[in-house]
Amino acid sequence: MTSDRAAGKAPAGDQHAGRPVAPGPATTAPATATIPAGTRHAWPPRSRSLSVTGIAVLIAVIAVFPLVFTNPTATNFGVITLIFVAVASAWNMFSGFSGYLSLGHAVFYGTGAYFLVVAAKDWNLNGADVFWLLPLAGVVAALIAVPLGLVALRVRRHTFVVITIAFFFIAQLSASNLTVTGGSSGVLAPIPNWAAATFNNPFYYLAMLLAAAAVTLSVLIRRSVFGLQLRAIRDDEDRAAGLGVRAMPVKLAALVLSAFFTGMAGALWVYFIGQAVPQFVFDPLFDLAVVLMAFFGGLGTIAGPVLGALILEPTQLYLNLQESNSYESEILFGALFLVVILFLPRGVLPTAGEWLTTGRIRRLRGDWLAWRARRTANPPVPPAAGNLS
Amino acid sequence: MTGESVRSGTLRAEGVSKSFGGLQALAGCSLTAPAGRITGLIGPNGSGKTTLFNAITGYERIDAGQVYLDDRRITGASPQRVFSLGVGRTFQLTRIFPRLTVLENMLVPANRGRPARERREHAMDLLTFTGIASHAGSLAGTLSYGQRKLLELAYVLVADPAVVLLDEPAGGVNPSLIHHIADRIRELNAAGRTFLIVEHNMEFVMGLCHEVTVLDSGTVVASGPPEVIRTDPRVLDAYLGTEAEDD
Repeated sequence: MTSDRAAGKAPAGDQHAGRPVAPGPATTAPATATIPAGTRHAWPPRSRSLSVTGIAVLIAVIAVFPLVFTNPTATNFGVITLIFVAVASAWNMFSGFSGYLSLGHAVFYGTGAYFLVVAAKDWNLNGADVFWLLPLAGVVAALIAVPLGLVALRVRRHTFVVITIAFFFIAQLSASNLTVTGGSSGVLAPIPNWAAATFNNPFYYLAMLLAAAAVTLSVLIRRSVFGLQLRAIRDDEDRAAGLGVRAMPVKLAALVLSAFFTGMAGALWVYFIGQAVPQFVFDPLFDLAVVLMAFFGGLGTIAGPVLGALILEPTQLYLNLQESNSYESEILFGALFLVVILFLPRGVLPTAGEWLTTGRIRRLRGDWLAWRARRTANPPVPPAAGNLS
Repeated sequence: MTGESVRSGTLRAEGVSKSFGGLQALAGCSLTAPAGRITGLIGPNGSGKTTLFNAITGYERIDAGQVYLDDRRITGASPQRVFSLGVGRTFQLTRIFPRLTVLENMLVPANRGRPARERREHAMDLLTFTGIASHAGSLAGTLSYGQRKLLELAYVLVADPAVVLLDEPAGGVNPSLIHHIADRIRELNAAGRTFLIVEHNMEFVMGLCHEVTVLDSGTVVASGPPEVIRTDPRVLDAYLGTEAEDD
C-alpha cells in the first residue's frame, strides 16, 4: 500500500492539510486511498478551556482569600460560593455533558444534608469528626440516584425535566412528614466548639477541596471516552446507541457521580448552616440557581459552571444581605435567567468567545477590503513595454 | 484499508412484516445480502426500504419475520447490540454528532480492547481513507452534506463491521463526490466486506452492485444481477419506467 502522505503530499480529498480548516465540499478521491500501518497523522489541537496559568492564579487567590479577608461575612460568602462551585460542576458533569437537564438535584443535596445531621446525632459525632461523614453522605446520595435514574432516564427532554421535578417534591414532602427527618421543624446539626475568628476556615478549605475535586473529575470525564459518549448522547442518543454506545449505563453512571458530589456538598452546607429544615434543604430555588450558574457560564464546559457560581452566588448573597426583602434578589435572578436563556443560551463564556472570533474575522475582512480598495485605486504599474523591445 | 483481512458476513431477512397503524410498510419481505458482495436495494418512495433497514438494525420492532447475521438470529436486538454483532449503518439524512469534532465523532463507536492511541490512529486512518482527515479538528456540524456522508461512512467502519448498510450514500451529493464514495465502497468490498445499499441513483447502483433487490409496497418484486433487473418488466412497471427501458 502506498500513501500520498508518506510521499509528502496531501491526497486530493485532503487538500486543506496544514491550513486553517474551512468547511467546503469534499473533492474527488485520492488516487490511492489506502494508508500504511504506522502512518503519522497531524493530530488536531486539543481545546483547553482554562490555561494552566489561569488555573494556578485562581487556586492561589481562593486559597489565600480567608487569610486576607478575615471578616466572617466574607468567609461566609466564600464557603457558600465554593459549595455552589462544587454543586454547579457536579450538575454539569451530568446535565451539561449529557443534555438531560435535571431540576431535581436538590434531592441529592438534601439527602446528603439530612444524612449528615441524622448520622452525627445518632453516632454522637462532633467537631472535625463530623467531616468524616461527608464521603458517606455522598455515597448515600449516589445510592438514591440509582433508582431515580433507572426511572427518570427512560424518558428524555421535557419529560425527564418534569420527572426530576416530581422527585424533588416527593423528597420535600417526605422530609416534612418523616420522623427521622424531624418533620417540618427539622434536625439540628452539631455545633463545633471552634474559635469564632477562624470558625469558617475549616468549612472554607473543605469546600475548596470539594470544588477542586468536582472540577478535576469534570475535566477527566470530558477527556475520557465516557465523556465523549455522554456528549454523543447529548447530540443524538439513538445514533450513539446505533454505534454501540450503551446509553443507559453511561447516563446512569454520570448521574451517580454527579449525585455523589452534590450529596457531599449538601452535607457540608448543612453542617455549616447548623440546621436541616425541609423548606431550605429541599429548596426549588436551589435547582434553578444551579441551572442558571451552568447556563450563565457555559453549559457543558468546564469553566462555565465555575464562573457562573463565582459570579452569581456572591451576588445573590450580597443582595440578600442588603435588601430586607430577599424576594427582590430572586426577581432579579429570574429576570437574569430569562435574559441568559433568550440571548445567551450557550452561556457567557462561549458567546464571548464567539464575539471575539467574529470581531477578529471582521477586522481581518476590513483590512482586506481596505487593501483591495487601495490596490484598485493605485494598480501596480506593469513593466514598461519599451523595455521588452 | 485494503489488504487487511476484514470481517464479512451474510445478512438475511426472512418474511419481515411491519405495519404502522393501518399502513403495511413491510409485508413478508425476504432478502439476502451475501457475504463479500454489494447488494443494492431499490424501489419507489414509500416502498419500505428504510423501514427494512430500521428493522434489521433494531431501530424498529418488527411484527413478524426473522433477521439473521450468518446463522445468528438478531431479530429484535437493540441497535447497540446489532452494531456490536457486526452490522453498521448510515442514515438517509446524515446523523452525525454536530457538536463534537470530526475526530471525536470517530471515537464514539464502541471499539473496546484497543488502546487509546491505537484507536486515534485507526480513526485518522479512516478519515484519510475517506478524504476528510484535514477536517479532523473541525466541529462536525460545520461539514458540508457530502462530507457528513463520508464521516458517517468512516465512523461506521471504526468497529470493523461485517456488514455495512448504506441508506442513500449518493443522495444529495455532487457527482465527483459520488465517484469518490463509490470507489471507497469498492475498495472496502474488495477486502471482503458485505454491503447492502439503498439508493435512487440508478447509475450508482447498476455500476456498483453485484446483486439488486427491488422492493415495492413492502414486498420484494425482483432480485438478481443489475443487467437482469434493468430489463425486468415488473421492475420497469413498478420503479424504473420507460426511461430505463430506453437505456
